Amino acid sequence: MTLVGVASTVSSALIRTRLSAWSLTAIAVGTVAVTVVLFAATPMQGRVAFLLFAAALYVTALTTVSALVEGRRRAKDRLVTSIVVACSGAAVLPLIAVLGFTIAKGTAVLSGSFLTHTMRGVAEQDANGGIYQAIIGTLEQVGLATLMAVPFGLLVAIYLVEYSSGRFGRFVSFFVDVMTGLPSIVAGLFIFALWILALGQSFSGFAGSMALTVLMLPTVVRSAEEMLKIVPDSLREGSYALGIQKWVTVVRIVLPSALAGIVTGVMLAIARVTGETAPLLVTVFGNPALNFNPFSGAQASLPLFVFSEAGLPNETAINRAWAAALVLILVVLVLNVVARVLARLVSVRS
Amino acid sequence: MAKNVQMKDVDIYYGKFHAVQGVNLSVPPRAVTAFIGPSGCGKSTVLRTINRMHEVIPGARVEGRVELDGEDIYRPGVDPVEVRRAVGMVFQRPNPFPTMSIRDNVVAGLKLQRVNDKAQLNEVTERSLRAANLWNEVKDRLGKPGGSLSGGQQQRLCIARAIAVQPDVLLMDEPCSALDPISTLAIEDLIGKLKQDYTIVIVTHNMQQAARVSDRTGFFNLLAVDKPGRLVELDDTEKIFSNPTEKATEDYISGRFG
Amino acid sequence: MSSTPSGENLDRRTRRRGDAIFRMLAQGSGAALLVIMAAIAVFLVLQAVPALNADTTSFLTTLKWAPDGTPSSFGIAALAFGSVLTSLLALLISVPVAVGVALATSHYAPRWLARPLAYVVDLLAAVPSVVFGLWGLTYLVPNIIAPSTSLNHYLGFIPFFASNGTYGKSIFAASIVLAVMAIPIISAISREVFIQTPRDQVEAAWAIGATKWEMVRTAILPYGRSGIISGTVLGFGRAIGETIAVALVLSANYEISLHILEPGGNTIAANIATRYGEAGEIGRGALIASGLVLFIITLIVNFGARAIVGKNSRGGAS
Repeated sequence: MTLVGVASTVSSALIRTRLSAWSLTAIAVGTVAVTVVLFAATPMQGRVAFLLFAAALYVTALTTVSALVEGRRRAKDRLVTSIVVACSGAAVLPLIAVLGFTIAKGTAVLSGSFLTHTMRGVAEQDANGGIYQAIIGTLEQVGLATLMAVPFGLLVAIYLVEYSSGRFGRFVSFFVDVMTGLPSIVAGLFIFALWILALGQSFSGFAGSMALTVLMLPTVVRSAEEMLKIVPDSLREGSYALGIQKWVTVVRIVLPSALAGIVTGVMLAIARVTGETAPLLVTVFGNPALNFNPFSGAQASLPLFVFSEAGLPNETAINRAWAAALVLILVVLVLNVVARVLARLVSVRS
Repeated sequence: MAKNVQMKDVDIYYGKFHAVQGVNLSVPPRAVTAFIGPSGCGKSTVLRTINRMHEVIPGARVEGRVELDGEDIYRPGVDPVEVRRAVGMVFQRPNPFPTMSIRDNVVAGLKLQRVNDKAQLNEVTERSLRAANLWNEVKDRLGKPGGSLSGGQQQRLCIARAIAVQPDVLLMDEPCSALDPISTLAIEDLIGKLKQDYTIVIVTHNMQQAARVSDRTGFFNLLAVDKPGRLVELDDTEKIFSNPTEKATEDYISGRFG
Repeated sequence: MSSTPSGENLDRRTRRRGDAIFRMLAQGSGAALLVIMAAIAVFLVLQAVPALNADTTSFLTTLKWAPDGTPSSFGIAALAFGSVLTSLLALLISVPVAVGVALATSHYAPRWLARPLAYVVDLLAAVPSVVFGLWGLTYLVPNIIAPSTSLNHYLGFIPFFASNGTYGKSIFAASIVLAVMAIPIISAISREVFIQTPRDQVEAAWAIGATKWEMVRTAILPYGRSGIISGTVLGFGRAIGETIAVALVLSANYEISLHILEPGGNTIAANIATRYGEAGEIGRGALIASGLVLFIITLIVNFGARAIVGKNSRGGAS
């Protein structure tokens, strides 16, 4: 085919035969019909399998027909679009499945008594018992971690944005990134090695808070840093021009104008560590009874409770795990949604 | 191959925003037609309806007819992909594909048409680059990335890329606005040469440029503040710049506004 | 200076002191962060060394895990293999899906759908890992038996899908759970980069008559490559460090096997969770030693990613 040939054939026809909506529907109906027949006639079964098979068949049929009618380029385009849609489904389905499962299983057990009783003296096959001790533990551990990580992280962010200019600042910034990739179990092992083995302290809620602090820190630093960076320089300069010291400027002017964004980041960080299980396993250890004091002795926590009950070979225990998981998910999702709504409001205002 | 362009009662909307109203015009083949006017008057928008590029923006919609040699490019069944193949476009900022070599940039459009013959691709590369007055400068480094060229060279590379598929019409959206005076001159020379083979429509904010390169000039203006843009008049360039029919055109040409 | 009234002088000095203290606080916090990172390495090494000395077999090549036995014998080989295998399989599943989702939310989905979709996928990242583990254990593991059986039936000649006839708590199940957890990370980062593709590039592709997919291939994917790579690496980091979800869906053993459908397999992180409670003194040191290996792997992966992305962005810049 010569070049002129290519150009003239194409330019003489701006019109390309396209598959009509009608033929797309026909292909869809055909695929479902074939799948139904196949599932009735062969040993294939299951809702998920049906869905997957029908989808795959539809995409194959569509691509083939498109290749014949519309040409290879359009067929490829349709294939990729189908794949993109399928990927979106594949990513959303697990979330729906996990949420749906947790709600269905969790609400069966969840009750006022479940929230206000502990597991002290409750055997794994007993239906009573609850997560009061775990709720208290999680509140204390996450609360302490927030108290430590937020000022610490804010100061690091202030240093990175307002003070650092040289190599040291880049160095710190680099290690904030490295810290982001730190596996949570390693943070736990670190506190275990330092606090419990080297310093001879006991398991405690506080030990867990320290591990959670290590995990919260990079998230807080990064989000606060982003927020401080978008505070306009004119605000700082205006303050300096009035003869106000730098630190007063930072504390009284820069921080407040970045506050909403920082709060959002902190809430997301809290949401992240609230669900952490692994670091608590090696620092807090877990406890069926209530221990109010986070500074001494093993404590319970919601994620740990889910993990330990899930590991028991007993339906009652696993149901308790689901109920606790429901509470945990609610807490984490509410934190997330509120943080995001807040972020949305702030970004709309600015 | 060069085709004429006709617009009949063209209205352009972005969502609810009425951008351009009631454009009727005719662009002759093998000539340069320039669109001038104050910024925001819709001249680039009108240009982009000729290859359906405005559709890239969600919510954009066109009413009326846009015809290539009498063939309406908005009638049902027309594939925008084919329209864009037949109507090439050069943009404000040179935009070669940065990861592709100079050669691959030139033949990018052909490769999409599944032309894979090496000899043919080489031939098209050379012919397009020669046509774009760039061959002598890059013939020894066709394998180098397109981003390694200077701004003016990149723009000529983009012109080579647009004409490599031998389009019927070549659209240029302020092609010199990001270039220095010398590169601008090179592009203007090139436009003068290309009009022997192509229908060229150029949007420019530079009236001198319109006067230098174009045969016909259309003046666009807003009806009023917050009203849609419209075509005030389209005539021979000489007439527009010496003795326009409309008062608004004369005001604009003489620098009284815009 | 001497001419300034002493009151103003004093005032200025206290002012400067306030600034100096605040600056020191901020810089000190930055330094403290570095100290923490250093302390992580130091204390893991310190607590691992006694156990490594007690190990009568080679830590790097031994498969089994019996640190508290007499003689003590444990090694990282099977665990590291399991960690890398599950994480790679998870990436094999999650990277294509995540890139697809990123394309959907950045360029394919209509605007009214794109935002909620991105939001829902982000929420996936917020679900605690222990909940994924629980879901994997009670839903995925029983339901994976049938597809595993057919995979083995039709593709059993490939070593990966060979099996001794039992299915369920397997590397395959763990990889799926890890993939679900990695998807939001990879897709969020890829999406960020995809939507930053310069309009110039996108329009250039459209203007030469590209279909949507051809536009994506010529403009978005080349530009977004660094985003996909760094997202993939972060996803790998997430997968290899995941502890609880894997511990719940693997039936731990200490062998190196490519049979991903069979019950078995173990990872460094999951092993810490499952063996921690029963570990004696040497056992705890051994687990810390394995944690140190995990730490080193994630460090290498992070540095590697940085190098790749750095090189890419330099090469791709126009």
